[in-house]
Amino acid sequence: MSELQKRQIQLEVLRYNPETDTAPRYQTYSVPCLEEWVVLDALNYIKDHLDPTLSYRWSCHMAVCGSCGMMVNGEPKLACKAFIHEYKEGQIKVEPIANFPIERDLVTSVEDFITKLASVKPYLIPKEDKPVSAGEFKQTPAELKKFKQYTLCINCMLCYAACPQYALVPEFLGPAAISMAHRYNQDSRDGGRDQRQEVVASDEGVWECSFVGACSEVCPKHVDPAGALQQVKVASTIDWYKEHLMPWMKR
Amino acid sequence: MNSKPYVREVSKTTWFLSHPRYQRYMAREVTCIFIMAYTFLLICALGSLADGPDAFQEFLNALRGPWGVLFNVAVLAATVYHSATWFNVTPQAMPIQRGEEFVPGHLIVGAHYGVWAVVSLIILVWGM
Repeated sequence: MSELQKRQIQLEVLRYNPETDTAPRYQTYSVPCLEEWVVLDALNYIKDHLDPTLSYRWSCHMAVCGSCGMMVNGEPKLACKAFIHEYKEGQIKVEPIANFPIERDLVTSVEDFITKLASVKPYLIPKEDKPVSAGEFKQTPAELKKFKQYTLCINCMLCYAACPQYALVPEFLGPAAISMAHRYNQDSRDGGRDQRQEVVASDEGVWECSFVGACSEVCPKHVDPAGALQQVKVASTIDWYKEHLMPWMKR
Repeated sequence: MNSKPYVREVSKTTWFLSHPRYQRYMAREVTCIFIMAYTFLLICALGSLADGPDAFQEFLNALRGPWGVLFNVAVLAATVYHSATWFNVTPQAMPIQRGEEFVPGHLIVGAHYGVWAVVSLIILVWGM
């Protein structure tokens, strides 16, 4: 690559060292970026050439692992999918993903999300056990299509960073966890909805959502968590009516 | 591990100023106040009706005044915005799968506008 295709970008990066700092600060790095670079490439350049103390998470560099979620100019983005050429002004502010405590620099503590995700039992709970000899659980293409979009979630937590409800009410179960519950509830092979509803349909569950829709706007995999949550609300409302107005009807 | 995670505080009152998408959301929510105000106006109408024909006529005259018209125009604008923003997200909340494919979102949104137009027309004709 020739020098001509490079552009000098000022990367303003949030720094926080838990051992010495009481509050985060910003450090600006001047990075010679190639036009096809993403923000993650620029961070790797800083790490390799300018400042080896910079901490951040990344792995796949292809929007699959969900590790490099960050705030890029205030917008929740995967650093591997945020192209430098989209930031014409030559100044990019990089901060850790919002709404999660900062461990160090761009690394956040994700325990809260992991705990919430586990609480919705995001795995197949078969309606009934059957021996391997009985064969596979069959599914039609239409049944697959019903939930396939939600399987694309990579747990990057950008939806939590965008969600003002989660920012204001940290107890909120949140977009990705409820979308995952919905994904398995919609699966024709699954029979675990009643077990998930206890958490999902609680006050801190889907009813904290006020359909801001920010989660779906920032989702890098077009999962549409906001849609999933509204569908969960509709289904939970139907449950309530069945239980209170038609108690003789067993769900 | 000597870990001391730093928690960034979020303002409980000004959070929505931080991004245009939050402002759009608040705009949608604020339209509820206009709808509430109009509901209050209807209650006032019932109140004046109960007070007799003269009181009701006075109420109607007040509605025809500049403030009454201005109020109605403002409520109409807010209600249209409220309805349109909700209609536009209906495909997310109510996807319809026919066979393998999902019905395109614009058809679901369009159906809502269609029903809205028909119902409005019926009320308009009936009220004439």
